[in-house]
Amino acid sequence: MSTKKQKPKSAPKAEKSEAVKPEQAEKKEIPEELLKPDAEVQPEGGVMTESLIMVRNLEKHYGELHALDGVSMNIEKGEVVVVIGPSGSGKSTFLRSLNLLEMPTSGELIFEGVNMLDKHVDINVHRQKMGMVFQHFNLFPHMTIMKNITIAPMKLLKKSRAEAEEKAHSLLKRVGLDDRAESYPSQLSGGQKQRIAIVRALCMEPDVMLFDEPTSALDPEMVGEVLDVMKSLAKEGMTMVVVTHEMGFAKEVADRVVFMADGKILETGSPEEMFSNPKTDKAKQFLASVLS
Amino acid sequence: MTVYAAKPFAEWAEDFKARFINDFITDNRWKFLWNGLGVTLKITAGALVIGVILGFLVAAIRATHDKTGKLRFLNALAKLYLTVIRGTPVVVQLLITYFVILAPLGVNEVLVAICAFGINSGAYVAEIVRAGIMSIDNGQFEAGRSLGFNYPQTMWFIILPQAFKNILPALCNEFIVLLKETSVSGYVALQDLTKGGDIIRGRTFDAFLPLIAVALIYLVIVLILTKLVSILERRLRSSEH
Repeated sequence: MSTKKQKPKSAPKAEKSEAVKPEQAEKKEIPEELLKPDAEVQPEGGVMTESLIMVRNLEKHYGELHALDGVSMNIEKGEVVVVIGPSGSGKSTFLRSLNLLEMPTSGELIFEGVNMLDKHVDINVHRQKMGMVFQHFNLFPHMTIMKNITIAPMKLLKKSRAEAEEKAHSLLKRVGLDDRAESYPSQLSGGQKQRIAIVRALCMEPDVMLFDEPTSALDPEMVGEVLDVMKSLAKEGMTMVVVTHEMGFAKEVADRVVFMADGKILETGSPEEMFSNPKTDKAKQFLASVLS
Repeated sequence: MTVYAAKPFAEWAEDFKARFINDFITDNRWKFLWNGLGVTLKITAGALVIGVILGFLVAAIRATHDKTGKLRFLNALAKLYLTVIRGTPVVVQLLITYFVILAPLGVNEVLVAICAFGINSGAYVAEIVRAGIMSIDNGQFEAGRSLGFNYPQTMWFIILPQAFKNILPALCNEFIVLLKETSVSGYVALQDLTKGGDIIRGRTFDAFLPLIAVALIYLVIVLILTKLVSILERRLRSSEH
């Protein structure tokens, strides 16, 4: 919805986009500027507010490397989107640019109606609404589990200790780790750490959860316990964007599977479509190698 | 000066006692050491505070620049500070601080020394702290930011506590160096521990006992410091891992 002026898409800095202001008059001209011919999103989608996250022509360059090459996508409230693709396809970069851990080189990113790439937007406030779970858990080793979970709600949402700990306990019970509240991260197994990491993100009551290969660093026998937590989250209607190699999870839980390669979204579809009848050669190749 | 070992023991002991009394008891000369020790500790403690605050500040600026590319100007300033302080002798810095900058303003000598040594120590602390910050896995940083903490909050709540534990031995070393470096305070007419011993030498014309006493006092303080830090280290370690 940003009122973009006549700026070519190749403009070097994303910050050029102006503050978000609904302007019906400019509705028609936006899509033509923003969308490349090959973008698969409907132009009208770009100006409607229903989508929780709207991504338009996201580009990311690391020097020579073109990590994201015009990625566009809408993520609806309550939707579970699973992003798959070969390594180096840009799927992690895409996920990390949704909460601006990676700063896109150009493009548009609109979250809850706010243009996240606007210089005047306080990204920290919006990140509170986007929980993130990392491949390597990234729990804080110098804090107990309870402190890990409650520090952000207490410092950022200004919750009282009692309030934050109550919430933490109820979430810990849900993942079956309430008895580990006073342990330190180093005393937990990988699967337990990842469940705690999910709880830590949930305690901020986010509107969307981003998972960056949450089971890739786990021993095989611990993958299930983490996926179970994620499945129950999905059932409750949490909006989730998941980068994963767990095709079983994708089949079972995803509303939509997105296949990325070479920094582009090559294919989007329901899990049935994607796994039984991939359209592109790259997707066929990839799925053949991971499903065999 | 007499060579002690060349004499029979009784005579040697007698001689030693006489020297000891002459060096430390007569005219309450031990007070030179006692008061000097007070000055040394005052300077060290004051410089420590300034050094740590300055060091963490400079390190935060440098690390922020390294990580985000922001704070260009402050980073350049910090680099200049590090270059100048680490590139010149502390005695020269002390003399300049005293005679060029602060003496004309009539500032108290102890304060001058605290400033000079604090600013000097800050440069070394800064590089130690910066190394500590850079040693923390970037994932910790990303985890903090993804929860919604801003940069300073992430530093304060997540990075610095972990970095501090890693750099404690190096910091302790820096404090020991600082304590010993203050022994040049005599250059600006301060009667610190070293100067105190030297004054006694000037009065009694006996160099051995006063200077050995001074050395022993430094040694004891350093041993105490080392012990304290190892206790602190053990405590920090037992709180996790």
